Amino acid sequence: MSHAPLNALREPLILGEKSYHDITVDICRPIETRANKLWYVVFGLSFITMLWGIGLIAYTVGTGLGVWGLNKSVEWAWDITNFVWWIGIGHAGTLISAILLLFRQRWRMSINRAAEAMTIFAVICAALYPVFHMGRVWVGYWVLPLPNQYGSLWANFNSPLLWDVFAISTYFSVSLVFWYIGLIPDFATVRDRAITPAAKKAYTLLSFGWTGNAKAWARFEEVSLVLAGLSTPLVLSVHTIVSMDFATSVIPGWHTTIFPPYFVAGAIFSGFAMVLTLMLIVRKVLGLEAYITVAHVEAMNKIIILTGSIVGVAYLTELFMSWYSGVEYEQYAFLNRATGPYWWAYWSMMTCNVVTPQLFWFPKIRKSFVATFIISIFVNIGMWFERFVIIVTSLHRDYLPSSWMMFHPSFVDIGIFVGSIGLFFTMFLLFARTFPVIALNELKTILKATGKYKRTSPQPEYKIEDLILDSRKGHGAAIHGEEHH
Amino acid sequence: MNYVISTRTKQIIFALMGVGLLAIIYGAVTLNPFGEGHNATRFWANMFINSFFFMAISLAATFFMAVQYIGQSGWYTAIKRVFEGISQYIFVGSAIFAVVLALGGHHIYHWQHEGIMDPASEHYDEIIAGKSGFLNLPFFWIATIIYLGGWCAFTWVFRKRSIEEDQIGGTTNHMKNYFMAAWFVVFFAVSSSTSAWHWILSIDTHWFSTMFGWYIFAGMFISGLITIVLFTVYLKGKGYLPGVNENHLHDIGKFMFAFSVFWTYIWFSQFMLIWYANIPEEVTYFMARFESYKPLMLGNIVINFLFPFFMLMMRDAKRHAGILAVVGTVIFVGHWSDMFIIVMPGTVGEKLHYGIMEIGTFLGFLGLFLFIVHRSLAKAPTEVKNHPFLEESLHHHI
Repeated sequence: MSHAPLNALREPLILGEKSYHDITVDICRPIETRANKLWYVVFGLSFITMLWGIGLIAYTVGTGLGVWGLNKSVEWAWDITNFVWWIGIGHAGTLISAILLLFRQRWRMSINRAAEAMTIFAVICAALYPVFHMGRVWVGYWVLPLPNQYGSLWANFNSPLLWDVFAISTYFSVSLVFWYIGLIPDFATVRDRAITPAAKKAYTLLSFGWTGNAKAWARFEEVSLVLAGLSTPLVLSVHTIVSMDFATSVIPGWHTTIFPPYFVAGAIFSGFAMVLTLMLIVRKVLGLEAYITVAHVEAMNKIIILTGSIVGVAYLTELFMSWYSGVEYEQYAFLNRATGPYWWAYWSMMTCNVVTPQLFWFPKIRKSFVATFIISIFVNIGMWFERFVIIVTSLHRDYLPSSWMMFHPSFVDIGIFVGSIGLFFTMFLLFARTFPVIALNELKTILKATGKYKRTSPQPEYKIEDLILDSRKGHGAAIHGEEHH
Repeated sequence: MNYVISTRTKQIIFALMGVGLLAIIYGAVTLNPFGEGHNATRFWANMFINSFFFMAISLAATFFMAVQYIGQSGWYTAIKRVFEGISQYIFVGSAIFAVVLALGGHHIYHWQHEGIMDPASEHYDEIIAGKSGFLNLPFFWIATIIYLGGWCAFTWVFRKRSIEEDQIGGTTNHMKNYFMAAWFVVFFAVSSSTSAWHWILSIDTHWFSTMFGWYIFAGMFISGLITIVLFTVYLKGKGYLPGVNENHLHDIGKFMFAFSVFWTYIWFSQFMLIWYANIPEEVTYFMARFESYKPLMLGNIVINFLFPFFMLMMRDAKRHAGILAVVGTVIFVGHWSDMFIIVMPGTVGEKLHYGIMEIGTFLGFLGLFLFIVHRSLAKAPTEVKNHPFLEESLHHHI
């Protein structure tokens, strides 16, 4: 792999003739220059929206959960929909940084940093909902199995909701560590270039005294692989357990065995849609067109087709099995989804998740930034509706027709959701101006392997690889791949 | 380099086929497959398990190769002919499978029993009758022909173009296969699930599970990966794969590890959700298996999950041909046994038979499978020429 010859079928991943220095300059530019007006406007809007959300959360805590739209049949709706939606969005970051690392996909290097940041922010947004749905949030620590003085009062280990606590907190911690470790060398680069004392001080602290010697890099690469190996089962476990919040029950439409892998696929699907939505804006605003190219967008769109189709197959499998099972409750749950009072939510979900991503089969569409941006928004919306459909339609008409009800979100519900979007964007906008949004040091490792590049110094008369090879010969250590030099 | 089957290998293969043939003849004599009742069902259930298991392996090889095409991956090129060789069993495999379905379907499938969907009959079963829109003979056969025909056609074209590429070079054939791989995967995504419903889910006719299609897929895929690993190790040991080094082994080893875990994930998700919810019409499936097939059911997880999980966890293990061969052989039998407990409780029923018929049929099909795959491997050079990513694969180093 390290000596793989360039192939005509391989598209370059860094456009233009860049040198190592150009990469540093391009990616540090947003940190080292002042933001423009547009950034302040968007940031201001996001910040105000976030404040509005915080205000409504305070109102909920002060007044009680009655201010939400929940009722005696639909006692889980808006909050859990948003929770699952946000958690799902986070999954793309880990998939890109961990699973694509294991699959040696080099295009991940231009997008993994920002996607991992999204993971962190999305999990924070997701955590708001279960935490505040507890009502008495000040006793929230009771979800942890802590020794206590109440005798046998203990967290319920049989409950998937408790598994969520463990899965998500582990996932969050590991993702944070993974993200941060990746950032250390890049922070050091920013540190070395910093001019103002304050910036120097801050980035010195953040970079943990990184020296960049060979040993440090060797450790860095090792720990990245180990964390990738850890993150992969973690990311699968999170949405698996989220799906079990529903699937372990005996509610028609919820209890279905395909849920775990189908939720994981859906999470990656929605996560990639959000990565595309954000990165298409970022590449324009921060001028990163040379690093986030058509090839990157196309690769992500292919993952959208794949995961979207998995989700589509799962929808149809569920629909078929509900009929095939011969269980009338199952059959009704699905009939009600498609033709009941929430038909519009079901068909929005079907259109946005199953139909629109299939447009990416056409190369013209999947290579178009505009089309990709529009479809990515469709997918974001569709995946929100998916959770809404699963949760609300199964609850609002339960086994007892006398308690059938509709769910209507209150202004508090809507406000907290909008507020969490504000929180997400506030954090992401701050990130985009203070952190290197592309893993610049990692990206440099593929510069020479993926296209044209600019030499910054005259070429030496000998090649270092040849010297190394010469020193190895005679020790019988010639590895097959290196014999071809 | 062209592969030449050694005399010893030939002897072993013919011995296996001979044993299998004798076992099937013995079964045909003692179990009366064209009669009625338990014994005939046992005969056909055995034929079903083995004809499906080995056919699915060759299908998985085609699928995995299609995935490599779509992913434009380079590393596998040096072992591409192994994928192709294994995939070539699909023609014979699907023919035998179709014959088994035609002659034995009546014994294997409860829903094909006479009068079961006829309200006037004493055998009438209301639940099964409710499924007649899907479970009826005309649809069953049309679908079966589409699945088998489709898979064979794709496999045939993939192979033909690959061999042609050796002669003519260029990237035309590669790109044609690349586009066709996308079509194949779409066809496979649907047909792997629906065929699993038609052929296997319908054995336990009352029971249902949305995961089932993906469960069969997971088993088929890991079995295919194991076979690829075993053939690669074998051919490399004989010196027929000069371009393959321990990095290639490492990669297929990682796949074997990862998809053992994936299979377990699917198995466990299906089991756990049904166990947890404890709904009578669903839980009966695992009750039957836990009560009558307990050693196999528990062994399933030990052999197919714990064993490869711990054996292949270390990096060095995945780069070691001997360890891969041992682990692969054990979990190969493990996944065959998984197929056994998928089919047997719904056909033969509570009593676990494990005799000449069971072991002999397995060995016979194994022999036939090895015969066809070895012959296909010998028909074309063991290393592709002119594949656009061949150089990458020869320089593969991780």
